Amino acid sequence: MELPVISHSGPKAEGGGCASSGCGSAPDALAHLPDHIRAKVQDHPCYSEEAHHYFARMHVAVAPACNIQCNYCNRKYDCSNESRPGVVSELLTPDQAIRKVLAVAAEIPQMTVLGIAGPGDPLANPARTFDTFRQLSEKAPDIKLCVSTNGLSLPEHVDEIAKHNIDHVTITINCVDPEIGAQIYPWIYWQNKRIRGVEAARILIEQQQKGLEMLTARGILVKVNSVLIPGVNDQHLAEVSKIVKAKGAFLHNVMPLIAEAEHGTYYGLMGQPEPTAEQLQALQDECAGDMAMMRHCRQCRADAVGLLGEDRGDEFTMDKIDVMDIDYAAAMARRKEVHDAIIDQLEAKRGNAPAAAVDRGIPAGSRPVLMAVAGKNGVVAEHFGHAREFLIYEASPAGVRFIGHRKTELYCGGMDSCGDGDVIEAGASESLLDRNIRILEGCEVVLCAKIGYEPWGKLEAAGIAPNGEHAMEAIEDAVLAVYKEIAATGKLAPAVDSKKVA
Amino acid sequence: MALSITESCVNCWACVDVCPNDAIYPDRPHFMIDDMKCTECIGDHPDPQCAAICPIEMAIADELGVFLNPPGSLTGIPVEKLKELGLWREAA
Ligand code: SF4
Ligand code: SF4
Repeated sequence: MELPVISHSGPKAEGGGCASSGCGSAPDALAHLPDHIRAKVQDHPCYSEEAHHYFARMHVAVAPACNIQCNYCNRKYDCSNESRPGVVSELLTPDQAIRKVLAVAAEIPQMTVLGIAGPGDPLANPARTFDTFRQLSEKAPDIKLCVSTNGLSLPEHVDEIAKHNIDHVTITINCVDPEIGAQIYPWIYWQNKRIRGVEAARILIEQQQKGLEMLTARGILVKVNSVLIPGVNDQHLAEVSKIVKAKGAFLHNVMPLIAEAEHGTYYGLMGQPEPTAEQLQALQDECAGDMAMMRHCRQCRADAVGLLGEDRGDEFTMDKIDVMDIDYAAAMARRKEVHDAIIDQLEAKRGNAPAAAVDRGIPAGSRPVLMAVAGKNGVVAEHFGHAREFLIYEASPAGVRFIGHRKTELYCGGMDSCGDGDVIEAGASESLLDRNIRILEGCEVVLCAKIGYEPWGKLEAAGIAPNGEHAMEAIEDAVLAVYKEIAATGKLAPAVDSKKVA
Repeated sequence: MALSITESCVNCWACVDVCPNDAIYPDRPHFMIDDMKCTECIGDHPDPQCAAICPIEMAIADELGVFLNPPGSLTGIPVEKLKELGLWREAA
């Protein structure tokens, strides 16, 4: 029996060779898409799990105004659905934004995508948003454009979007039922009035759905984001997913609610619970179907720069950009070379046989196992205490697949002081280490390059086996190897479920 | 007759874009309304537009210092909770 790395595309998995990409999904995770859409997304870092290792994206914060209020947002900070709250992005004029994009694209030739996502709603700032897009299409026509919106003023801007050749639009759709919407959106600004309650939600939903239909009718790619709000829309998002996909959204990305009291949002102050990692994963599985391409989404800030999961924004502040000496034409030529080389590399990988492992005695009915990996660049590379996030993989008799990532809080101050974070800060109910162990709920193994004595003990006590024996190995190979080790102990025997046995 | 912007303003530009009289201008520490230009939107709209779009409670006040969007009116956070957190003020 062969044990391929699973593709999300179903049975046809021969291209599935993303063996050491760190994302675990096969390159042909995009195979279900029509060719013209696949061509558009395959080098888009936010949409393609494999592309995000190679290509970079950036956001510019040119859109401060917003036309709705969400209960998970506090306008004193950035919008918390597209960007993380708590940090205010550097607001730029369109001219400054163009200077910044050109500087970044010269410095980071992997740069393929410019997005406008905030800090407010880009389409509530049409002049600033479209001025930025227009100038950039003139000066760097090779860079793809994308825009995110709450959808309220989307229908009136669809023609403009089509004109600027913006081929990726993200709409945040949290509900299709106004009664539910009224629990998420306290008001909207609509036709010169502030409108509240169910009426506001009804208008917003209508506009979102209309905008979605208009975009897909014009062949513009639409991704839908939803914020999972337990007790509000958790039971409802599967329905949302069905509807938006039926209308042609190519991707439905479910993101966890962030509701911390210190952000001062309605949900944060009112004690609205955030979803657990398990709740999120269950819903992502349900909504993603075969479109699980966004598991690597990192909810970037509105001014994020760089590869996904990194932010090099500090290198490109306006004062630094102003003194840079840039040859724009040469930069564009260099980008072309770099892009072509990456595409070639990806194509070559797509053509290769998958890094299939030969089965060594895993019984077909073995239960799947979740493992958390402190990984970097596709290998088991991080010290347990240094991991900013864990990549979650599922191993089963069918192979290894990437499930998602879970963010940690760093507790380890240095190589030798692991466990120092195991103190409970004043006012906190648990130590960071305990919290980090809690986010690993559901995982049976943690793979890392190294781990301290204290976390080791705590992990074991939590029923999670720490494993530092696969340091610097390709993640999928390591996960597979550990899965086989567990199988060999007989612990994976098919669960005897009397109810299922006929 | 004119409205004014208070120190609660977060400089988000929303009001600037919707003012029918171009009465609002960016300034530090916060945006300002030119009281020579502001008409409180009379003749243009039933509601003062800046106050209709502003996302921040207590950011816009009338000539008596009364907030057009008092605490709790936009977020729905109960007044008791706001008082408890020290986020409640009666007037500018
Ligand atoms: S009340 Fe009307 S005219 Fe006056 S500043 Fe606000 S929007 Fe402008
Ligand atoms: S809308 Fe409100 S917060 Fe935004 S700039 Fe105007 S007064 Fe300030």
